[in-house]
Amino acid sequence: MGEWWTTVPIGTSMGNYEASRISHATMSPSRQNNYVSMYSLPLSKSSYSVISAFCTEDNISPCISYINQELDSLGLSSICIEASSPGGAGLSAVPALNAMYELLQIHRRNMCTLEELEKEQLKKTSSLEHMQMNNSRLKDQLELSIREKSGLHETERQLQLKIKTLQSCLKTEKDEVQKLQNIIASRASQYSHDAKRKEREASKLKERLSQLLVDRKDKKLAIDVLNCLGRSDGRRSHWKTAKATASHEGEMYKSLLSDYEASQRSLMLENAELKKVLQQMKKEMIHILSPRQSSSRRATADDTQEQVDSDGEEKAGDSSRETLDQSCEHAREQLTNSIRQQWRKLRNHMEKLDSQASQVQNQLESNKEVIPRETHDEEMERMRHEVQQCKEFIHTQQQLLQQQLNTSFDDETAALLNDCYTLEEKERLKEEWRLFEEQKRNFERERKNFTEAAIRLGREKKAFQEDRATWLKNQFLNMTPFTDRRRCSSSDGHSALSIRSEPEMRISSTNTQPAKSSTYATFSTPKPTQSATVPSTTELYRTLRLIPDSSSSRHSNRGFWQESSTTEDGDARFKSKSRVRCGDLSIFSLGEDENSLT
Amino acid sequence: MNFSEVFKQSNQLCKVSPDGKYLATCVQYRLVVRDMSTLQILQLYTCLDQISHMDWSSDSLFILCAMYKRGLVQVWSLEQPDWHCKIDEGSIGLLSSRWSPDGRHILNTTEFHLRITVWSLCTKAVSYIKYPKACQKGIDFSRDGCYMALAERRDCKDYVSVFVCDDWHLLRHFETETQDLGGLEWSPNGCVLAVWDSCLEYKVLLYSLDGRLLSTYSAYEWSLGVKTVTWSPSSQFLAIGSYDEKVRVLNHITWKKITQFEHPATINNTKAVVYKEVERRPAVGADDLSLHNITIGTTLFNTQSKYEICPPPVQIPVVKPDPDRANPKIGVSTLAFSSDSRYLATKNDNMASVVWVWDMQNMSLEAVLEQCSAVRCFQWDPRRPRLALCTGNSKLYLWSPAGCVSVEVPTEGGFQVQSLNWHCSGDSLILLVSKYHLLGTKCVQKHYFKTL
Repeated sequence: MGEWWTTVPIGTSMGNYEASRISHATMSPSRQNNYVSMYSLPLSKSSYSVISAFCTEDNISPCISYINQELDSLGLSSICIEASSPGGAGLSAVPALNAMYELLQIHRRNMCTLEELEKEQLKKTSSLEHMQMNNSRLKDQLELSIREKSGLHETERQLQLKIKTLQSCLKTEKDEVQKLQNIIASRASQYSHDAKRKEREASKLKERLSQLLVDRKDKKLAIDVLNCLGRSDGRRSHWKTAKATASHEGEMYKSLLSDYEASQRSLMLENAELKKVLQQMKKEMIHILSPRQSSSRRATADDTQEQVDSDGEEKAGDSSRETLDQSCEHAREQLTNSIRQQWRKLRNHMEKLDSQASQVQNQLESNKEVIPRETHDEEMERMRHEVQQCKEFIHTQQQLLQQQLNTSFDDETAALLNDCYTLEEKERLKEEWRLFEEQKRNFERERKNFTEAAIRLGREKKAFQEDRATWLKNQFLNMTPFTDRRRCSSSDGHSALSIRSEPEMRISSTNTQPAKSSTYATFSTPKPTQSATVPSTTELYRTLRLIPDSSSSRHSNRGFWQESSTTEDGDARFKSKSRVRCGDLSIFSLGEDENSLT
Repeated sequence: MNFSEVFKQSNQLCKVSPDGKYLATCVQYRLVVRDMSTLQILQLYTCLDQISHMDWSSDSLFILCAMYKRGLVQVWSLEQPDWHCKIDEGSIGLLSSRWSPDGRHILNTTEFHLRITVWSLCTKAVSYIKYPKACQKGIDFSRDGCYMALAERRDCKDYVSVFVCDDWHLLRHFETETQDLGGLEWSPNGCVLAVWDSCLEYKVLLYSLDGRLLSTYSAYEWSLGVKTVTWSPSSQFLAIGSYDEKVRVLNHITWKKITQFEHPATINNTKAVVYKEVERRPAVGADDLSLHNITIGTTLFNTQSKYEICPPPVQIPVVKPDPDRANPKIGVSTLAFSSDSRYLATKNDNMASVVWVWDMQNMSLEAVLEQCSAVRCFQWDPRRPRLALCTGNSKLYLWSPAGCVSVEVPTEGGFQVQSLNWHCSGDSLILLVSKYHLLGTKCVQKHYFKTL
């Protein structure tokens, strides 16, 4: 069909082409030569087949009219080809060209539509193919499903058959079971019957046997005891009498009774325990329930009603508690009832609390909504950030841990560990440093104290030395009845001596003092001051009246002796001798001083 | 743990006197009495024939030796060695012989359970009790020795007679609601008598001392029922082991089931400790195989074993019983309460190598001892919660709440521990090894726990 469509326009176009060529040929006679030369062969051909040609020199005007007619029929009535000259061979060019143009336009349009149509046709054919394929597929499916359906039908039929057979089997089995049960029952009865029969026979035989044994007066049946034994309980055996049987009965009942009593006691204990638990539970329930009611008493009338109820119950509970000991039916009922009620109330309360809690939660949620969005977001952001940080931290930690696990001791971890250690060490050192600082401060303070004390001591010593010098001078003057002049000169010398020896003393004192504690130093300081304040009088008294010297004075003596020993002076030696003598004298006067001296 | 030397015995007859002072053993037709502390022979008695049964009287003064083949019972006095007593059951035959609780009467069951003859050593008097029933446990004395319950069968019906042991006065006689009575046992306080049906029916009946039926318990019907019944020493629990591999515990107030202990093949209980015995043969080197070592003894062939704690789940070896044979090896056949009623040890017959210990306070599984071989015998220490068991090899196994140990018994010739018996003080154990030998074990608790 397509072919047919396509061929026809070609023919027409050929016709048109032919016509236009002819018109060209006729239109431009000047170029006819060229044209002829170019198309020499077809022209010659056409010239040869003049008869078959559409237009010849002879029939131009009918051709024109024919073409005009044709054009008219094509709807191009406006264009009319006219001969250039009536009866001439030429054509007026403009209408002919217009007609040709129109024809070409028509031709192009036709070609376009033709193409479109071809495309459409192709599309149509492909869709058709598709449809056909689909159709065949669906047909296949249909067939398949039909086949399946038949298969299912078949299986269903088979299953039904099977069910039927199974049902019949079941029936037969049931019958079989029934039969077997019957058989078992009958066999059992038969067996028991036989067993009974056998047993009867056996018992009869036994009876007979024992009878025979008794009749035969079996001589062998005997007991041979050297001498009879006493009863294990030491009592004598007694006759079987009614009294004995009664006593046995009594014994039996007694033991039974005691057993029952024991069990009753244990049960009572258990019961009491359970009751206690129950009571406690009840009490606690009341305790739990009461505050709520009291708090919400004013809230609603309903609650007050409840309160009244609970009061009533409490009363009932009290009464039940009172009657609990009687453990009568009524009391127990009351107790259980009240407990039950309390329990119900508690449950209600719990439910209410639950609902309240959910409400509160809702409220909280709604409250949350009230919180400004920005702050919420901010908070969220902050938290997220924190979480992120934490995660990172954890991640790094994990990594480090992994590293440590993988390479038991690589440098990095070692360094890390070292870092850790050094950090720790640093902390520790810091702590120690702090301690040390404190101690140092303490020491500093103490040293200051010491130096102060030393300075004071030095000052005091100096004063004391001076005092002593003066005292010595006096002494010397008193003891030697020389002239003042000589005394003065000697005293001067002594003073010079004492002054010279003073630094030694101080050195020794400073040497010894740091070893001593500050307290000792403070304690010891008053002595020199005492001796320094009243040195002359005490010494004077001591030397004159031979008073036992105090430790402070002795100290001073010793100091003096030391001093004298260092100086190689004959006078000083004499003096020391006299001192010793004085000591001896003092020994004579008071024995206790000797001890202190030695 | 100290072990004494090995003593000869026959027929596994070796018993400690009730007061714990003496140890009597039978060797063929001789009866040897030793001092328990020194193990020196105190007395030696010679019977008329090979002794098949031996028992101490309750006051530890007399020993009964029964020779079932000859239908003879001989009684010996520890205080008067020349005192003798011989009881001849005559042509009727003798099936079993036992002391009455007062130690002055001997109860002989004649062949075919024709009658029970009660012989008095005080008056030489003899009395008969007819129609005793032949069953698992047809006779039981109450713990205080006052009453004797006896199962009887008359006119194809079961009866129970309660006698006063003092003068054999029949106190009560009542019919029981059983098809075929299997056994009876007094509660330790002597006020309740548990009676159970034979294995064909699960039925346990509880009677008061005066014959009133207190309660009936039946767990299921049709399949094989009760295998064993045991009272707890406190009389508080009645444990019933049955063919369905379960132990049911009844309480003493309502006589209803408190709990049931199952014996599953796979233990998933995470609270229970599963001790598994692991045997290790010592590696035998080339130089160990010298003649010297082999002649020295069996230490080379002895395997060492120890316990390992297995985490749950633990699979336990189960032997499927042959359904065609009578008395199938399935179900709980052995139950034992510890002396303080705190623990219950059980053994399920199709898991013969496993002993289960249950805690009666929490009513839960406490421990499981999985041995390498089948457990022959286990017994609780009469003083402490301590379980001793043997599996027919040269080892002794002890369990206590603190743990579990296996002890190699130092015997020459590789004797195997067949059964064991605690001394009443709980300080020593009598081990019956191999067939003809006996070994007294002295184990002091302190020592034992130190080594643990």
